[in-house]
Amino acid sequence: MSEQHFDYPEVTFHPDHSGGTGKIWKIFWVLSVLTIIELALGYFLYVKHGELGYNAVLSTKIVIGVLTLAKAYYIVSVFMHLGDEIRNFIMTIVVPLVLFVWFIIAFLADGNSWKNLRNTNAGSRKAPTEQVEGQPAEATH
Amino acid sequence: MGTTAIPAGTKWWSGGKSPFNVNYGKVMMWYFLMSDAFTFGAFLISYGTIRFSVNHWADPNHVFNAFPFAGHANLPLAFVSLMTFILIFSSVTMVLAVHEGHHMNRKGVEKYMILTIIGGLAFLSCQAWEWTHLLTGEHVALLSDGTLGVIPTTVKANPWGADLSHTEMLSALQKSSHEQLVAIASTLHHGAEVAHESLTSLTNAELINKITSAGLHATHSGPIAFGGYFFGITGFHGFHVFSGVVINIVMYIKTKLGHFDQRGHYEMIEKTGLYWHFVDLVWVFVFLCFYLV
Repeated sequence: MSEQHFDYPEVTFHPDHSGGTGKIWKIFWVLSVLTIIELALGYFLYVKHGELGYNAVLSTKIVIGVLTLAKAYYIVSVFMHLGDEIRNFIMTIVVPLVLFVWFIIAFLADGNSWKNLRNTNAGSRKAPTEQVEGQPAEATH
Repeated sequence: MGTTAIPAGTKWWSGGKSPFNVNYGKVMMWYFLMSDAFTFGAFLISYGTIRFSVNHWADPNHVFNAFPFAGHANLPLAFVSLMTFILIFSSVTMVLAVHEGHHMNRKGVEKYMILTIIGGLAFLSCQAWEWTHLLTGEHVALLSDGTLGVIPTTVKANPWGADLSHTEMLSALQKSSHEQLVAIASTLHHGAEVAHESLTSLTNAELINKITSAGLHATHSGPIAFGGYFFGITGFHGFHVFSGVVINIVMYIKTKLGHFDQRGHYEMIEKTGLYWHFVDLVWVFVFLCFYLV
């Protein structure tokens, strides 16, 4: 098996691809294990439904979210070989994605505020004490 | 991320070379994928905003608890785990195809492209089954006119609201028409054939008695946005998988015809691989937002 030769004059040097498939399989197992942990936590939430407090449910969901970000990192860095590119290029891809931090915080807060306004008639009455679960949802959305 | 060692004194921005050390096609594939990430991100954040704005949302463990050939067994997370592992595995076969391409091994590229295509088709088949199951499902839910009806999960109907109390259910049953009561009664015997005539001949009071004694499980209607977001986002993702499979088939044929051997490199396989891994990447987030939390 001979290594490939590129004809692109604008590419200065090529990343070293002479390694074996060991790293690929290692990342496969990492992704599988992370997925299994996520599923176990999801199943934990299902089994304990209604027994856990608000903060316990929220923190379990945050852990699942962090595991998802770890999976995304491994897929992009190793499977998509972004980790083998030069730093300038990695930054042009990763830096714009930072917008998502604002995007997620702003819009979820907006949705939450919308719920509070509706439950309290825009602040004119107190919110029902038991409002998170078991309340009939309005079918107008 | 670990970066490759850069020769000292390289002048990236003085012309004649790519400042990113990547050729044009690959740079543009990355930028396309970044824009696509924002599209999917906007969809998922919009979904999250609406979900945060209502008091009760569909519980994924109740909506997605079915498995092919398992009848009415309650198996939360099982089917979507299968779909997730199919996609992870097809991602591995894709990166192995890219790896064989780096070593100019045409037979290896062909083998792993075929496996990737099979994985993509398996995922699409799973999604087709899941959609069919939801769109043709039968669930008893409180309708907006105060009666009980048998409804599926579509972009216009969502039977996944909070549970009805016994008194709420009784009063809704009283308001329901004869046809609605017959439809509800015929859902009580999953699988077992109940003669339609034997139900229609019963009076409303007899039907209500039959329904309540069978322990009917009924719910409020949920926010109808659920179906639109679920079918919209998984459909958009499924269309990406579909187009990815088509592109993979084209690349398989081009490999088979020896086009990349003539060019002296398999970079097209790398670019196809980027798209395919992106599809897997999006699924990681769809899986999180719709099925896990």
